[in-house]
Amino acid sequence: MKYLAPKTVEEATTLLAEHPGATVFAGATDVIPQLKAGRPEPEALVDLKKISQAVSVSDEGGHWSIGAATATAKLTGNKALAAEFPGLVEAAGLIGSDQVQSRATLGGNLCNASPAADSVPAMIANGMRAVIAGPGGTRTVAVEDIPTGPGSTQLQPGEFVVSFELDHAPARTGDAYLRLIPRTEMDIAVVGAGVRITLDDAGNVASATVAIGAVAPTARRVPAAEEALVGNPINDTTLAAVAEAASAACNPIDDKRGTIAYRRQVAGVLARRAVVAAAERAAASTNGASNNGETR
Amino acid sequence: MAIIEQDTTNPGFKWIGTRPIRPDGYEKVTGKARFGADMMLPGQLEGAVLRSPHAHARIVSIDTSEAETMPGVKAIVTGADFPDLAEAGAGAADLDLAVNVIARDKVLYEGHVVAAVAADTRKQAQAAIKAIKVNYEVLPHVLTVDEAMASDAPILHPGTRTKNVEPAPEADSNVISRVVQQLGDLDAGFAAADVVVERTFTTKPVHQGYIEPHAAVADAMPNGRVHVWCSSQGHFAMRTMTATVLGCDPTRIKVTPAEIGGGFGGKLSIYLEPLAGRLSQKSGRPVRIVMNRDEVFKGTGPASGTKITVKIGATNDGKLTACQSWLGYEAGAFAGSPVGAATMTMIAPYQFENLLLEGYDVVVNKPKVAAYRAPGAPMAAFAVESVIDEIAQKIGMDPIELRLKNASVEGSQAAYGPKFPKIGYVETLEAIKNHPNYQIPLGPNQGRGVASGFWFNAGMNSSATVHLNEDGNVTVIVGSPDIGGSRASMALMAAETFGIDVARVQPLVGDTETVGFNDVTGGSRTTLATGQAVTEACEKVKVDLMARAAKTWNCDVADVEWVDGQVQKLDGSEPPLSMAKLARGWGRTGGPVSATASLNARGVGSAFSTQVCDVEVDPETGIVRVLRYLTAQDAGRAIHPSYVEGQFQGGVVQGIGWALNEEYVHTAEGTMDNPSFLDYRIPVASDLPMIDTIIVEVPNPGHPWGVRGVGEVGIVPPLAAVANAVSNATGCRLTDLPMSPMRVLDALNQKSNGGNGH
Amino acid sequence: MSRTHVTCTINGDEVEFLCEDDTTLLNALRDEVGLTGSKEGCGTGDCGACSVIMDGALTCACLVFAPEAEGATVVTVEGIADGNKLHPLQQTFLEGAALQCGVCTPGFLVAAKALLDENPHPTETEVRYALAGNLCRCTGYDKIIRAVLAAADYNGSEG
Repeated sequence: MKYLAPKTVEEATTLLAEHPGATVFAGATDVIPQLKAGRPEPEALVDLKKISQAVSVSDEGGHWSIGAATATAKLTGNKALAAEFPGLVEAAGLIGSDQVQSRATLGGNLCNASPAADSVPAMIANGMRAVIAGPGGTRTVAVEDIPTGPGSTQLQPGEFVVSFELDHAPARTGDAYLRLIPRTEMDIAVVGAGVRITLDDAGNVASATVAIGAVAPTARRVPAAEEALVGNPINDTTLAAVAEAASAACNPIDDKRGTIAYRRQVAGVLARRAVVAAAERAAASTNGASNNGETR
Repeated sequence: MAIIEQDTTNPGFKWIGTRPIRPDGYEKVTGKARFGADMMLPGQLEGAVLRSPHAHARIVSIDTSEAETMPGVKAIVTGADFPDLAEAGAGAADLDLAVNVIARDKVLYEGHVVAAVAADTRKQAQAAIKAIKVNYEVLPHVLTVDEAMASDAPILHPGTRTKNVEPAPEADSNVISRVVQQLGDLDAGFAAADVVVERTFTTKPVHQGYIEPHAAVADAMPNGRVHVWCSSQGHFAMRTMTATVLGCDPTRIKVTPAEIGGGFGGKLSIYLEPLAGRLSQKSGRPVRIVMNRDEVFKGTGPASGTKITVKIGATNDGKLTACQSWLGYEAGAFAGSPVGAATMTMIAPYQFENLLLEGYDVVVNKPKVAAYRAPGAPMAAFAVESVIDEIAQKIGMDPIELRLKNASVEGSQAAYGPKFPKIGYVETLEAIKNHPNYQIPLGPNQGRGVASGFWFNAGMNSSATVHLNEDGNVTVIVGSPDIGGSRASMALMAAETFGIDVARVQPLVGDTETVGFNDVTGGSRTTLATGQAVTEACEKVKVDLMARAAKTWNCDVADVEWVDGQVQKLDGSEPPLSMAKLARGWGRTGGPVSATASLNARGVGSAFSTQVCDVEVDPETGIVRVLRYLTAQDAGRAIHPSYVEGQFQGGVVQGIGWALNEEYVHTAEGTMDNPSFLDYRIPVASDLPMIDTIIVEVPNPGHPWGVRGVGEVGIVPPLAAVANAVSNATGCRLTDLPMSPMRVLDALNQKSNGGNGH
Repeated sequence: MSRTHVTCTINGDEVEFLCEDDTTLLNALRDEVGLTGSKEGCGTGDCGACSVIMDGALTCACLVFAPEAEGATVVTVEGIADGNKLHPLQQTFLEGAALQCGVCTPGFLVAAKALLDENPHPTETEVRYALAGNLCRCTGYDKIIRAVLAAADYNGSEG
């Protein structure tokens, strides 16, 4: 097994073409444990962390560009990003311990394709897009569409995620991510819920995205919950509808981390609580153009 | 914070009860301390172990031919490389030990060792392991007490008939033996009760979870001598057991103890030592084998999974009238669960006149269980203390009052035989009752639970050697591995005995050839028994030095006395002789001064603990968070209070993990589904509050310093204390561990659907 | 198979070692460099016993491929004292009896140092969460948390 550390996207795609059996990695927080657990040894390991585009976070005007191999500690440490997307940053900050935070990445969290990946529902809730490089050039795909099942993605041989695009949030927008773990840290989500809410001037929900994780083969949107919210205030009726829709959207399995019944019931609870948290943030939000004319 | 209750009968200690920096601490905070896996010898090979992927299978064949030819491979062993102890007429325990170390004709659990390889590098050894071809005939397996006791259960050990059952059974069984404790008249006891509560409880196997995986290095000499370095709770025991499995005399083996990275009972037995030893004998090179975490979970420990029914009767004014219990304990693949200790400890805190406790030792296709801190007691206490709590709820009595009404005291008849000598159970109850934590008002969804526990503690055999050095300072050599600060307590006891500054005492743990025999560090015995040996050896040195001073002064030894590290003449006619002066002059008085004490410690003092736990339950998710926790435990005498508190706190937190999240999860195929610290969830720092401690000191009259032993009893109450707090918070009585969020939410759902939440 | 040559700075010294590409930094530190202070408790990043500070970031050495350390600066437990002058954390761990068996201690010290470097006066809750990636089975964490808070006070008294 060879360790390769390309410095550019082009170099990486060339190396991947030369080593069809290679595995791309960023933080290695999944790859190393998987290799130890008996995952077949790849021909080569291609480290994305030397590619500057993959490890930088920048405000590109209309959107943020977040390198796919950026350590999540860099995201939680980015005050502007954390202020605008606290839910996303909190989700990223939940992946493992401080030790893991210096290694774990959004790209790795997404492409490892665990249904329980913490950052994915938050990325979906925020409508993030993945910029994918490969032998055929680059393409941009909604994060939601990348995982196709546990451990599998729509990435083609030789492709890898370079970065993510995240549009700036409109005014009166808030996001939140909540997860259920038995301990307070160090666990894999039994259920996760990512929500983004934009309120109108009357305090009703103008738009909403609700995504749940660990309750189906991939993280998924809950359209019925979103529909129940849009045009309505946040109250017991809408929250009950959100919870019911989230529970109904689950297609979980029984495994060592949770039962079907538990996941279904708690998905509703967490979706509801995440909606409340996101809506509170939206109401208090100073994001967006209507923010007293201040520029970012 | 600790409240040290002053013992007015024995005041004025100068060193005992103080908190100096432990002598081995500097190595441990600088990374210099050498643990099991840190040993590296010139020419050392690296080992790897092939383990069974099946819970139960016959080994049809093992083909190592390809592995033998692989790069770097120097030696391979299978069961055939070890003697058949049955031919040698060994006892059942030794036979089991040998077959647990490496399987012969069949594997009895996933993780059971089948072969081991030594190669130049770890990677080569691991590659060779994968190239060994084992042909298995998979057999049906059993995983629980119920499965193993079913009439059509597959039998792990054909020919086994349950012991201590009348009439003697005629069929093979997975039940190895039955133990019984019986007292009084059960029917009369229950007839006298106003309230009877009967419940059945289950607990899962849990692992000791020490952070240091097992490791062993062996270096065999051409004359058959084998030098082993390993971390264990007793290097003399490692020597004996390794010799048994290798088929040689114990003294053909020398064991040097490495620093031990946690044991809690799980490092009392051997796993890797004979494998490394035989590989070294075959290769002529030193061999190191280190387990990974997966192997630790699958190949060592755990504590028994259990099923326990408890029925207790009480009068409305809180007198406990009768207790009946049925206990089934998983032993793992070989006989030897701690069910006997469970029956002996479970009701020890209470004066029951009528009882019948029946325990069953049951083999299942899981790793052979190992001791875990008060082995057997926590699960049984979970059952008893939960039922006691429910009785208190039913009769409307404070749970501490109920316990005080029935508490065992000096002179009470213990169910397991003896009458208790001086014990401190009542003192632990009073300490909790009078602590501010017990009065703090609780908020919504919060609850408070109380539970108590008992552990015998042990004495057993210890030796210690004390040398006076040429500068008047002393070296104390013990043979008890230091698993939590015992060198510090040995130094304190020596300093107190001599009346010298503790910094003048250098304690160390000697190997099997530099100090007399010592039993294992286990049973909370080391401070008691080895401490007694140290004290006696120090006393011998003092006697010798007084004689030498008398010789120097040409006076009768009766005319001298020992005061604060020096010998004085009673009439004051000579300036005192310090230990340093006596050392300088030892050439004129008979040569260097040393003494050894070897003893079997008889004055064991049992320990009780009472604990109170406050929790908050999220009613929508079933998450239980511990808000505050207080433990009061009778230490007898706290030699180094910081490490006493540390033992209390560590035991409590292990118990909290056991209560809330820890469990072996098995697949239908009988394999472990969560063999990692990610999914085997031991508590992390953010799960917990500070663990408040009260050191109760009711000195043990059988020990020179009053020591009882503090290592184990702290883990006995927490399972029930947490469960009782959950019951108080939710109205649901949880009877199955762990009380995972799923279990708690299930109970809450049943309650809100009109059930009783049980 | 030829091995990869890695040059990096460990505890202030330039160090070279050879390793196979899939060797972890932890194994390289222990077996190639001879620094056995970092421990392997799990090998999967779940226990923190191998915590090191690599290029200023706290990480588990078991989750790093050794060749990734090329050109990096690594601090291990062996490097946190100033010669024989203990780091305040080492001192407060000793004084506060914040270790029993001591095998998790190197990882806790390194992780706590990373915390205090970043946040010299953390709250108890911050300490607990910052150290959640370090497992200790002996102490119940109580005395460890107190020792870290005491070392933070020491920071204060040092100005």
